Amino acid sequence: MNNNVLIIGGGPAGLEAASQLQRLSYNTILIEKTDKLGGHLAKWDRLFPASQPAKEVLDTLLQNVNGVKCFLNTDVNSINVLDKSYNVILSNGITVLADAVLLASGFDLFKAEKKEEYGYGIYDRVITNADLEQYYETKYDSRIQNPKRIGFVHCVGSRDEKVGNLACSKVCCATAVKQACEIKQEFPEAEVYCFYMDLRMFGRNYENLYLKAQKQYDIRFIRGRVSEVSEQQDKTLLVKAEDTLSSKPIKITLDLLVLMAGMRPSEAGEKIGNMLQINKEDDGFFTTKDSVYSLQKSNLPGFFFAGACTGPKTIPDTLHEARSSALEIHEYLVKNFSDKK
Amino acid sequence: MIYEGKQKIWSDYQKEIPDDHYFYVRSCIRQTFFPASEWAFLDITRNKLNKNIFETEHHTTCGGIAYHSDAIPQETVMTIIARQFALMHKYGYENYVCSCITSFGLYCETLESWREFPDLQNKIAENLKKATGLDFAKPKFLVHASDLMYKYKNLIAAQAKFKLVDKNTGKPLRVVEHIGCHYSKMFPSKGVGGAEYPYVLAGMIEAWGGEVVDYPERRHCCGFGFRQYFVQSNRGYSLANTHKKFESMEPYKPDMIITNCPGCPYFMDRWQYVIAETQGKTYGQNGHGIPVFTYEEVAGLVLGYNPWDLGLQTHQVGPEPVLDKMGIHYDPAKKYLGKNGKNIGKPDFVECIK
Repeated sequence: MNNNVLIIGGGPAGLEAASQLQRLSYNTILIEKTDKLGGHLAKWDRLFPASQPAKEVLDTLLQNVNGVKCFLNTDVNSINVLDKSYNVILSNGITVLADAVLLASGFDLFKAEKKEEYGYGIYDRVITNADLEQYYETKYDSRIQNPKRIGFVHCVGSRDEKVGNLACSKVCCATAVKQACEIKQEFPEAEVYCFYMDLRMFGRNYENLYLKAQKQYDIRFIRGRVSEVSEQQDKTLLVKAEDTLSSKPIKITLDLLVLMAGMRPSEAGEKIGNMLQINKEDDGFFTTKDSVYSLQKSNLPGFFFAGACTGPKTIPDTLHEARSSALEIHEYLVKNFSDKK
Repeated sequence: MIYEGKQKIWSDYQKEIPDDHYFYVRSCIRQTFFPASEWAFLDITRNKLNKNIFETEHHTTCGGIAYHSDAIPQETVMTIIARQFALMHKYGYENYVCSCITSFGLYCETLESWREFPDLQNKIAENLKKATGLDFAKPKFLVHASDLMYKYKNLIAAQAKFKLVDKNTGKPLRVVEHIGCHYSKMFPSKGVGGAEYPYVLAGMIEAWGGEVVDYPERRHCCGFGFRQYFVQSNRGYSLANTHKKFESMEPYKPDMIITNCPGCPYFMDRWQYVIAETQGKTYGQNGHGIPVFTYEEVAGLVLGYNPWDLGLQTHQVGPEPVLDKMGIHYDPAKKYLGKNGKNIGKPDFVECIK
């Protein structure tokens, strides 16, 4: 096929879609704004529910895009809608005339310091889920010094009107339970607490993970939000919360607090969206053509979505959607560019 | 503690504070609790810093205490506030500075309510016209008096006669800053430094040479909390809150406490006496309590005002340990003499509050 397809974003969605489109013989061009492919997956150590190494998944994705034109450190400078295609000028000076564009700009992690009461960036022993994955990978973080009491706060920046995000980030509950089990493996003597609103263990084997966390690892689940965190003289953290099951306020001293930062629409995606006036919903993620059948289509012909740019998704969901998007693009190109075959 | 993290938050919460030309309204209770603080504010801003700060005897209470005690409805309190603003307009001012934190919070709440519900604003304007004949107006800038003192902190430092430094050791005094709940907990963007790590008093402490003490119950209420105290049967709860704060700050050995609210210095000062009387426990050095000051009093001390002119003899916990550390000279014999030289009466201190 002679059609050019531009994929914006080199995370799991962009990589998987590129692989599929290349197999369908399209001229596939993938751009990634950072110096590395893989997105958040490249910064993660293990994936729920089975703690599969993230590297295994990423390596497979990377192997499958061999031959795809990938431009790293590359952004979109401008994008214009032509009669049947898109004229895209890239930050590396290259211009692409794309018959279809796939936006796979993913998500940004919620900036945990915005929940000021939790003290991320202020108290030494408050970290995020992403920091903990880095620790698991590198085995080093100066903030983690043989902690005896560890807390996980779910829904940081998610389902929270105060920070302007009512949506659930979907993956944090399972990630928190996974990380809680892993930290118990790392520090078997530690007491581990999870502060949650309600646990959304919706996927296959997720419930098993939750039960394992309680039975095998003795993780203590406390239903209630943390109200504030303070640092004590010895750098330990005084954490106040409400246990809504016993209807009592609780106060606990911890050595480490892990904030489960949720998903926000990516700034990179927002920039593209503003260039083309792509519709967004109240949560800031892009609007799909409908909410059931056409989840990969946008309000513009030839412009498609894959992955978390249309809302929080797990890695398997993201990969499924990338494959669907590739097929949608194929169908669109066959229908509209029969002359290019 | 990562100081740079706090600085980042502080940089996000900087409010615009005009330099001059303010309509000033007093608190209804501060003149009784800490009688010279408002005088000190006016004297410092007008006579030391040459600012135009206007006040009129025609302004009233904001109605906050009655409102927060459920004694009057919201529309009534809003009409009282509309009258205050109308007086500001009548005297040709656009910038409004209030002495009281409760008032400040209520003004913020009222202005936000009017912005959100224009019909309500129209109704209040109508009420105001009917009741007083005054024209409705809103301030261009609303600040608390501590915001203004924060704005002037470096001007005050430039004229300082004394610093918040222990003259014997050369070390900064360790200062607990306590922010009134209604300053920024309801509207973080309206306060200098936001709600979680307010900078309004911390900035003054740093500018005047002191060291800010952060302690776990820093955010906790002073114990006043309106109904915690006004409802007599709840007063044990008020005391318990104050007790919790002092137990939390004790290990940090603070030299003094600075506050920016009418109720906070009062309760943190007076309840120390009650704790000492009932439990024999004090939190300062050598069996002394921890002296509690308003920010105007501290500014006055830094500028070299006579401690007794600042009304420090009305404090339950004597200020002398702090005066001694700062190297401020005072005449103990004149502590309880009024401006006319007559004895104003001496309180009976318990032994452990020296």
